[in-house]
Amino acid sequence: MTALTDDTLPTTPHAMRDEMIVFVVMALLLAAVPFSGIYPFFVMQALCFALLACAFNLLIGYGGLLSFGHAMFLGTAGYCSAHALKVWGLPPELGILVGVAAAFLLSIVTGYVSIRRQGIYFSMITLALSQLLYFIYLQAPFTHGEDGIQGIPQGHMFGLFDLSKPTVLYYVVLIGFLAGFLLIFRIINSPFGEVLKSIRENEQRAISLGYRTDQYKFLAFVLSGTLAGFAGSLKVFVAQNASLTDVHWSMSGEVVLMTLVGGLGTIFGPVVGAFVIIAMQQYLASFGQWVTVIQGAIFVICVLTFRRGAIGEIAHYLRRSL
Amino acid sequence: MQALYAQLLVGLINGSFYALLSLGLAVIFGMLNIINFAHGALYMMGAFVAYFLLDLGGINYWWALLIAPIIVGIFGMILERTMLQWLTGLDHLYGLLLTFGIALIVQGVFQNYFGSSGLPYAIPDQLKGGMNLGFMFLPVYRGWVVIFSLVVCLATWFLIEKTRLGAYLRAATENPTLVRAFGINVPRMITLTYGLGVGLAALAGVLSAPINQVRPLMGADLIIVVFAVVVIGGMGSIMGSIITGFALGVIEGLTKYFYPEASNTVVFVLMVLVLLVKPTGLTGRAA
Repeated sequence: MTALTDDTLPTTPHAMRDEMIVFVVMALLLAAVPFSGIYPFFVMQALCFALLACAFNLLIGYGGLLSFGHAMFLGTAGYCSAHALKVWGLPPELGILVGVAAAFLLSIVTGYVSIRRQGIYFSMITLALSQLLYFIYLQAPFTHGEDGIQGIPQGHMFGLFDLSKPTVLYYVVLIGFLAGFLLIFRIINSPFGEVLKSIRENEQRAISLGYRTDQYKFLAFVLSGTLAGFAGSLKVFVAQNASLTDVHWSMSGEVVLMTLVGGLGTIFGPVVGAFVIIAMQQYLASFGQWVTVIQGAIFVICVLTFRRGAIGEIAHYLRRSL
Repeated sequence: MQALYAQLLVGLINGSFYALLSLGLAVIFGMLNIINFAHGALYMMGAFVAYFLLDLGGINYWWALLIAPIIVGIFGMILERTMLQWLTGLDHLYGLLLTFGIALIVQGVFQNYFGSSGLPYAIPDQLKGGMNLGFMFLPVYRGWVVIFSLVVCLATWFLIEKTRLGAYLRAATENPTLVRAFGINVPRMITLTYGLGVGLAALAGVLSAPINQVRPLMGADLIIVVFAVVVIGGMGSIMGSIITGFALGVIEGLTKYFYPEASNTVVFVLMVLVLLVKPTGLTGRAA
């Protein structure tokens, strides 16, 4: 049985440099968006999902763990941030902190339970846990059930930046995304990241080398869940609501799709995948349920024909790690 | 007390569906090493095929019980031949992702044509009405569902654990190359096994059509509970899936009586508790 991301290239001496160049290009392109006439709301939304997909990819692409319940972190952080902002009247930065803290605690609990099983069992457990939370949020009074938390005040970041102005909000979301992305980038290229990759390639060997692989996987799970929560908190400011769609398991499926389309285990793949999928939903919205069919077809095509994903194929062709 | 018995019966019925579905999953997992995410969609297809048979062809419930699983089973075998077989040797997570995609396609197509609301399917005349058992009133159809699915489960168990064909099947799961060397067509056996597992799901769909309405998303949420059942039971044995399926249905029913707020979540909570105590599941072998 081959590893999940068997085709990723070994790190070359130039890898870091290549990746940094691509990162700078990406950051500049994204920073220019408000001057380009592109609808900023669309890009902001895509950025939140890109961060979520990157966090998810940290777990599957580098740890080999397919979580099918990452929507629970997105949704939990979203609800907690929304509640803190609207009911407690906290400023944006503290609202985000509440959401991230909630995702952190949730990932500790769920990670402790799920990391004990491997492979598909792990996937099914994360899926079941997120469905458990879905039902809890459906019934809990503070989430307002089907209605969700609506009309969330955006407020002033650090008392200075007025988030109700689209351009200010855009740059705050962009900075949040880039910060999260750099953190993930740093984690992947750290000794910890190297151990994770070795677990992905051959867990038995990593164990025999003396690594306590469960602890590494648990830490990766907590990091990934917390960062996914950060994406959920940012998303609250963009969408100005928190609803059940964010915790539903179909959202978890979408995150998997984004990462798969872009390329599992590539650094930039999830970002590209998120933009592709969000753009598709935006422009194909008039097709109704056919969007689901198209998404399903993309899943099938990706798995059957190009498992490396868009960025993975490019990286393979250029013999670079991206 | 009436309400308690009624909930117990609902629990047994749900348990029948859990057992039939997790049994199919276990059979497929054993041979193909794939967690069939499309299982819920195929269950839904079973119900829809029964509906079409009656609505378009005037073919009644009894024939549907036989024909629907065959039609959906053939559909499943085509899926296996055209797609799933290409995943042999890859990480089994790809199987999960592929079948998830198939589920999205199937559900999307049905939703597109039938919306999200349900279509009614009448209980067959022979199974209408009810019996007074003294302590409760038992609708005949519901009793039939429980007994019929129990018989099907046990028959499947017998087929796999006690017959020669089952022995080949179990041997092929352990060592396909060796079994092939004995002149047994393993790929064909794998295809038929997938058809059998899918057929069980479709059969559950036909059984549920008169109780729950026929809806495109009827399998989507059910399948996650079934996954939880599978995690609790551990997919070690066929009998394990059957017993866990029924037991969890009953526990869910009891929860609905004593503490209804938790009825949606009790299976998941149980899953967490079982995993904390016994990470391999109740009957599971180590993953």
